[in-house]
Amino acid sequence: MHATLTGFRSPLLTFAPADQARSAPLLSPINQRRLKVFNANRRGVWSLWIFLVLFILTMFAELIANDRPLVVSYKGETLFPVVISYPESKFGGFLAETIYRDPFIADEINANGWMVWPPIRYSFGTVDESLSGPAPSKPSWLQTIEERCAAYPAGVADPSCTIGNFHWLGTDDQGRDVLARLIYGFRISVLFGLVLTVLSSIIGIGAGALQGYLGGWVDLIAQRVIEVWSSVPSLYLLLIISSIIAPSFWVLLGILLLFSWTALVGIVRAEFLRARNFEYVAAARALGVSNFKIMIGHLLPNAMVATLTFMPFILAGSVTTLTALDFLGFGLPVGSPSLGELLAQGKDNLSAWWLGITGFFTVSLILTLLVFIGEGVRDAFDPRKTFAGTRS
Amino acid sequence: MSGPLLQVENLHVEFATEHGQVPAVRGVSFDIQPGQTVALVGESGSGKSVTALSVLKLLPYPAASHPKGRILFGGQDLLHSDDRTIRGVRGNAISMIFQEPMSSLNPLHTVERQVSEALILHRGMRRAAARARTIELLTEVGIPDPVSRLDDFPHQLSGGQRQRVMIAMALANEPQLLIADEPTTALDVTIQAQILELLVSLQKKRGMAILFITHDLHIVRRMAEITHVMTEGKIVESGPTETVFANPQHAYTRKLLAAEPKGEPPATSDAEPIVAADKLRVWFPIKRGLFRRTVGHIKAVDDVEISIRRGETLGVVGESGSGKTTLGRALLRLVHSEGRIVYLGRDIERLSWAAMRPLRKDLQIVFQDPFGSLSPRMSIAEIIAEGLAVHAPELSPVERDAKVVRALSEVGLDPEARFRYPHEFSGGQRQRIAIARAMVLEPKFVVLDEPTSALDMSVQAQVVDLLRELQRRHGLTYLFISHDLRVVRALANQLMVMRNGKVVEHGPAAQIFAAPQSDYTRALMAAAFAVEAVPSAEVAQ
Repeated sequence: MHATLTGFRSPLLTFAPADQARSAPLLSPINQRRLKVFNANRRGVWSLWIFLVLFILTMFAELIANDRPLVVSYKGETLFPVVISYPESKFGGFLAETIYRDPFIADEINANGWMVWPPIRYSFGTVDESLSGPAPSKPSWLQTIEERCAAYPAGVADPSCTIGNFHWLGTDDQGRDVLARLIYGFRISVLFGLVLTVLSSIIGIGAGALQGYLGGWVDLIAQRVIEVWSSVPSLYLLLIISSIIAPSFWVLLGILLLFSWTALVGIVRAEFLRARNFEYVAAARALGVSNFKIMIGHLLPNAMVATLTFMPFILAGSVTTLTALDFLGFGLPVGSPSLGELLAQGKDNLSAWWLGITGFFTVSLILTLLVFIGEGVRDAFDPRKTFAGTRS
Repeated sequence: MSGPLLQVENLHVEFATEHGQVPAVRGVSFDIQPGQTVALVGESGSGKSVTALSVLKLLPYPAASHPKGRILFGGQDLLHSDDRTIRGVRGNAISMIFQEPMSSLNPLHTVERQVSEALILHRGMRRAAARARTIELLTEVGIPDPVSRLDDFPHQLSGGQRQRVMIAMALANEPQLLIADEPTTALDVTIQAQILELLVSLQKKRGMAILFITHDLHIVRRMAEITHVMTEGKIVESGPTETVFANPQHAYTRKLLAAEPKGEPPATSDAEPIVAADKLRVWFPIKRGLFRRTVGHIKAVDDVEISIRRGETLGVVGESGSGKTTLGRALLRLVHSEGRIVYLGRDIERLSWAAMRPLRKDLQIVFQDPFGSLSPRMSIAEIIAEGLAVHAPELSPVERDAKVVRALSEVGLDPEARFRYPHEFSGGQRQRIAIARAMVLEPKFVVLDEPTSALDMSVQAQVVDLLRELQRRHGLTYLFISHDLRVVRALANQLMVMRNGKVVEHGPAAQIFAAPQSDYTRALMAAAFAVEAVPSAEVAQ
């Protein structure tokens, strides 16, 4: 009934003259429609924009939060310390790397030129030596200017007592700036999640597609292997492996990938099993289309909605797993900026409420945005929804 | 009893969708007298089933709603009564049989359990009593050896037997009104005739009223005393069946009555055979036991000899399970077969899949189900151009688009349709798209596998006209597979009757239609043209 109500009525059996083939527009009408449906989901669009802004901003974390100036003009020479490491001998010191926050170097540069700092003068690992009290210390805007600058040699009058040295979200228990760590931590979490999701989707879809299309013994054996594999308690294994191998970004990624690829196999396989007996697959075979093209062209799109429905959850799950491992102390190497470590510090320092609240807020923000975006994408790929979207 | 049994007064039904309220039934009124058979006729989407389902409030509420109207049954307004009251009526005073007997029976319940459920529920019968009554009912609906059938599951029964079980369930509590929603549409013609015969005899014996919902005018003519013709949610014509058929008043009724597949098949030619097969066999092994030994074969196609001349149409008819679809697919080498297949003088039965590929351009197929044969996630342009990408990869996108446009205009669709998705089209339009997909390759031989079975009557006639027009214009050769003899008569000049994988009768169509030789063919024709069952063991149960 739906079809007849909405189906378009053509004059039956009138042979319209073949009109001129038009040149294809930039986006095919189908993709234009998908875009339109996605745009109709306001929540998804807003989430995408917020996420993109945060993602692109944090991609340039080095330019936002760093303990090196962006540009230095020293004795007529223009230097870019963010990009290039200069030895301290350049400014009359003796260390292999220049510490620009050192008052001696700062005075030397300011006497012979100028320097431009990023908005936040701390990197994720920078320990603030001039904290007025014991770490963790409160967000700077909760302190009076006297409290804040008490540790500088000249007190309030010191040139270091500027807004650039603010700790907007306080410091952690090692005197490191929380906001700087948050910016770097967000970047590493999202990148880790994206890479893990893409890799495990590729493996999962490939394995599911082969099993579903070939069926028979391949399917039977692969399913049993996956069942055994996924009943391995992965968290314990992760803990054991990460206590043997020094965990780095890529090592962790590899270990998590070993277990996360099975998530998509089931649904992709089911979709392929269901769809390979459809008449349109038989029609494609009658047209002489090759098996590979049938899998890509006819069966994969069917599996896409199910896959896309799962993807935000896999992405969110990857972020959560990394955070959990960091929280337990088995994640990224010590000193790396990580949301899990921030949460662990929040747990250890309950009186420093800014640690726990910041960590909680950031993790929930990432997960919420990802799920909302995923919802919008899923609707856009649903042809029924597409149709509804264009009518309203 | 005096007065009508059921009164439907000004019934409105609306469905809530994301585009607001969509009306499905708009002001339908009719009466049913006790013991009377009333038919609601209309094409899909006319609101006839929605009307019938409203009587027992079986619509998906709250998405469906009734802004206006009353349905009076024995002085009680069913439309505005609560769930408890309705449940007391359902399956008791009013019962219903549905179109698809496979999906209307619970696959996990035995026949006994399905039938006795209503008895235990409404009558409070004990198991033993219910069992005895079940056997009586099964005997009454003509199930042979009912005692041994009690423990069978639905999948162990044939389609006709399933429908008989459905009827037994409906009759369990001696209803005053039986609502039959397209009860024979999914069945073969011979079985359809048997089921209709059964309904008529049951009605005579029990004096119950029947509300018959169908799109098939031949059935209406045979079954109903009163006919209501529905379109777009309204009754446009009502009256005694004979009057409606003899003297239709409304334009829509006339259109429906005129929508018979008409026209002449192509003249018999003496050109050389384009496709031929000899001793063609498709046997599916039956494997049993731990080591999967082959214990026997299902002979889907068994030693069939076939030869089709250029420009001709060979009609293949038979009931479901007769192997006609398998034969079509075997000729195109889509299923594994044994025996010689010749295409234009060349043996193709041993060619590999890759070696077959160039030939697939000439050998095309159109499937039965226009909803299943088009990929829901590809646009019409992608669907039609898919074969071009395989067989004419040298075409530029513009040339390919031009071919798609031409194919669409040729099947009578607006070329703008190529940017849309299949679900936006009605069944008839989808079947045109499926035909365009085959035609764009300019094939020589096309297997048409029941291309009209899933379509409404008037659309069937249009598709038949289209197929004949395409054949005339391009000199095509068809293998037309169908169970519908009326459609076959309009298209085929050669006819082959199949049963259980074997050819029963083969020859010029006109000759067979005029003087069928075998009993089986005679039974098929009686069922198709007169909707009559033949009292013989020739046809399946």
